[in-house]
Amino acid sequence: MATVTVPEEKKIDESPAAPAEPKPTTITLRISRVNPSENAEAKFEEFKVPVQKWTTVLETILHVKEKLDHSVAVRYSCRQASCGSCGMKINGKPRLACYTKISELESNVVTVEPMNNFQIIRDLAVNFEQLFSTHKKMKPFIINEESEVQPGTKEFIQTPQDLEKFLQFSYCIKCGLCNSACPTMATDKSFVGPQGLAQAYRYTADNRDKGKEDRLKIVDQSHGIWRCHFAGSCSNVCPKGVDPAMAIQLLRGYLLGFRK
Amino acid sequence: MAERLSNREGIRGMINPTRYGILRVAYWLQRLSGLGLLAYLIGHIYETSTILNGKTAWANMLSLTETPGGHIVLVIVIGMCVFHTGNGIRVMISEGGKGVGKPGQPEYPYRASSLNSKQRLCIWVSIALAALAMMYGAGVLFGN
Repeated sequence: MATVTVPEEKKIDESPAAPAEPKPTTITLRISRVNPSENAEAKFEEFKVPVQKWTTVLETILHVKEKLDHSVAVRYSCRQASCGSCGMKINGKPRLACYTKISELESNVVTVEPMNNFQIIRDLAVNFEQLFSTHKKMKPFIINEESEVQPGTKEFIQTPQDLEKFLQFSYCIKCGLCNSACPTMATDKSFVGPQGLAQAYRYTADNRDKGKEDRLKIVDQSHGIWRCHFAGSCSNVCPKGVDPAMAIQLLRGYLLGFRK
Repeated sequence: MAERLSNREGIRGMINPTRYGILRVAYWLQRLSGLGLLAYLIGHIYETSTILNGKTAWANMLSLTETPGGHIVLVIVIGMCVFHTGNGIRVMISEGGKGVGKPGQPEYPYRASSLNSKQRLCIWVSIALAALAMMYGAGVLFGN
């Protein structure tokens, strides 16, 4: 049997020093605390939280809940930007807490508040009743009398080009960030909002749908589509690339006769 | 109480031009210049209506605009007028669904196509044209 001699300098060191764990730094997490049932004013409570470079804002809030104060109210579920539950204002801008890393905020002080333009339930949890009811008003389903499956019926055929016309807008997770950033929502409580309008476009642009006239009637009202002034804030904050501002302008194209 | 719980940002949030990029700044400038031009229109109607009170009243009113302060106001009005027109044309075209990009498969990091370079360029051009017009107006008003 041949013997291989490993040169001295190439010998593998069998007892290497373990790679040093990156040291966690500490940030100050400021959480807005308010309990409407106690009629108390909102106040900020500060917590020192250790973070790594991959720590998300939601993880810091959960650290506070686990180790420092269980009473902090926050809504969350999937932790991967799919459920749309953990929307909140982080350092002044609406974002998903599970999708925002502390490191990208480039600040040692992180302030979390409930989203604007939504009723506060408690602390960081807000009421989505208006968002969901507006969403339902937009008839978020395919309207087509032939859509009932009968013996002998076939599936609707769509080309990839047909699909591209609305696919982007079907990625909406109903997190409400767009409605929170919208300057019209800030002052007009009856405004449909970018989320609802984008969904109205999503179904209107779907070539299987026959409910265009119904939906255009719903959005063509005093607190409807004409209240949007294309400030683009909704698209700026959307975590899924839905681009509600584009959907609204395209939907307006139907009403103005530029689109068929 | 109900309004406080609704956590609506109100006018203070609406007029805050920071946080959401150049389109939000353009929105804010459009509103500001619109209100400024409305105020100017009301002032202008009041100013010209003094002619009904005779030549002296008209001359007195006209002398108000012939001061450095009056000239500065007119230079600002020129700037507001040019920006409001330029940006207004951009918004009108965009609101018909033109120049806002095409729907497609969003790719991470999800840059919105409606906030594209054409939109940003139009805003900067409107600002630049307003600045140029203001400089020209200042040259005429303050020059010999």
